Amino acid sequence: MSAVAPSAVVGSRLRWTVLDAITVTKRNLLAYVRIPEALFFSTVQPVMFVLLFRYVFGGAIHAPGVSYVNYLIPGIFAQTVAFGAISTSIGLAEDLHKGLIERFRALPMARSAVLAGRTTADLCRNVLVVAIITGVGYAVGFRVETGPLQFLAGAGILLLFAYALSWGFAVIGLSAPNSETAQVMSFPVLLPLTFASSAFVPPSSMPSWLQGFATHQPLSVVVNAARGLMVGRLPHALPTGTYAWEAVAWCLGIVVVLVPLAVRRYRRAG
Amino acid sequence: MAHAIRVENLVKTFKGGVTALDGVSFDVEEGTIYGLLGPNGAGKTTVVRILTTTLEPDSGHGYVLGLDVASHATAVRPLFGLAGQFAAVDENLTGRENLTMVGRLNHLPFSIVTARSTELLEQFQLADAGDRTLKTYSGGMRRRLDVAASLVARPKVLFLDEPTTGLDPQSRIDLWSVIEGLVEAGTTVLLTTQYLEEADRLAERVAVVDHGKVISEGTPTELKANLGATVLEVGLHDEATAHLAASALAPVGIHPPSVFGSLVEVPVDGGPRTAMEALRILDQAGIEPVSFTLREPSLDDVFLALTGRQTAEDPAGEPTTTPTGRRAGRAK
Repeated sequence: MSAVAPSAVVGSRLRWTVLDAITVTKRNLLAYVRIPEALFFSTVQPVMFVLLFRYVFGGAIHAPGVSYVNYLIPGIFAQTVAFGAISTSIGLAEDLHKGLIERFRALPMARSAVLAGRTTADLCRNVLVVAIITGVGYAVGFRVETGPLQFLAGAGILLLFAYALSWGFAVIGLSAPNSETAQVMSFPVLLPLTFASSAFVPPSSMPSWLQGFATHQPLSVVVNAARGLMVGRLPHALPTGTYAWEAVAWCLGIVVVLVPLAVRRYRRAG
Repeated sequence: MAHAIRVENLVKTFKGGVTALDGVSFDVEEGTIYGLLGPNGAGKTTVVRILTTTLEPDSGHGYVLGLDVASHATAVRPLFGLAGQFAAVDENLTGRENLTMVGRLNHLPFSIVTARSTELLEQFQLADAGDRTLKTYSGGMRRRLDVAASLVARPKVLFLDEPTTGLDPQSRIDLWSVIEGLVEAGTTVLLTTQYLEEADRLAERVAVVDHGKVISEGTPTELKANLGATVLEVGLHDEATAHLAASALAPVGIHPPSVFGSLVEVPVDGGPRTAMEALRILDQAGIEPVSFTLREPSLDDVFLALTGRQTAEDPAGEPTTTPTGRRAGRAK
């Protein structure tokens, strides 16, 4: 080691931690650009969900105090970004089994960079997906009834949630024996999270044993916050501000717990 | 420093009780190629993984340029390059983008990475393909790019884990010349291989590894001296005749002949002269061979000479093969 002040060493380490994450993010985004089909079809499914719930199930669902399409679209946002987190687990499982992670681990790069690069690239993709769903939502009658800033705050909470969730799916991806299994392993987490929630129907319509979970689980809190911020008038029990702080707390809590867990798995996976 | 790599008594047992390494030791002199020769599942890759800091040994030590790889992993990583058994490159990126990425992750500035990528693409005959995505690359091209990527940061020590497995003969020979060029420039290379031919061509010293142990160590010449320069392979009509032929042919061999079904193998020292003598002996004994071949010794022959048995099949059940696959799936 040369005689460098400790603070300079720490500074340079921090700088490379960020630069390494950017390098890996770029690599993952390039893959999205090179396979536009994958990106296209990953937006088809949420669009189908919008149409399905708006026109097939929507008529039978009653959300008090709000038009169903305005109730639905914030829920679709949450469901879409949650399902999108599967791509984090598939992407990492693929890198692991193609031997790329083995190479990355033998490089002098930051231990967190592969994961941070994956989750950040998936966050960028989610921004695009949210924009597309907003457009589709407007086409089927969704209207922001608050203001552009509140809408963006709602979208911000949804994206933060998606980012936090990505770290959970990173753990799944690094634990799966292959990418197909990573996908299958993701569903038992995702389905209750997205459907036993306030995303599509008010939890008050569910049996009482399910209501507790459906009302308080993080995706419901996030959806309620986003819905309050985007469309205002709501069948929710608590003020939007409370949901918003609770949602942010959930996201930070998930990140604080799952980031070290994912990095630990990354060091040992394979 | 005389030794670029030192391995001291490495032991590694995986979950489920599979002993991958059972006390492996060897030293690699700076500026030389050292070969780890062994069948699938012998423990070669485990040694490489420990030395490249991606796996911790249960006991024992590995040193790269004098640094303990377990306790100084962060300091060791910038010193070596690694090209693995599977070309670990991103197929959605172009060749140049792959090299740039690895260069950046080695913490080299953009200006150096750009120049170095161009230089490596030319050196590895990938200049024309440099801006195409890897999906358009052949297996040999991918493997060359993988080796190129391991060299971006000009490492002093290079680990090549079965670099030519699965390559066609021409790609293999091309890669061999590249590896020889690196050592001329002063790089130390640890090469793992299943091919005696490859170890013989490239390595100055070779360790033969089997079941996580070094069962023989020396120069390829020493190794082959134990073995004979060639193997005489005679096919007969049936096993009974094969045993007759084996005892008849024993005097021409430098080691006792072995019988595999209706096939007799005799390690011999000479070339055509020995073949003529063998044919005369068979003729006198009234034995008519179905086939009659002189060939280079293979890894199987090394193992046979060292352990008295064939190479172990790997756990996945893939038969052990030589470069041309001529010994694939032979009867035990």
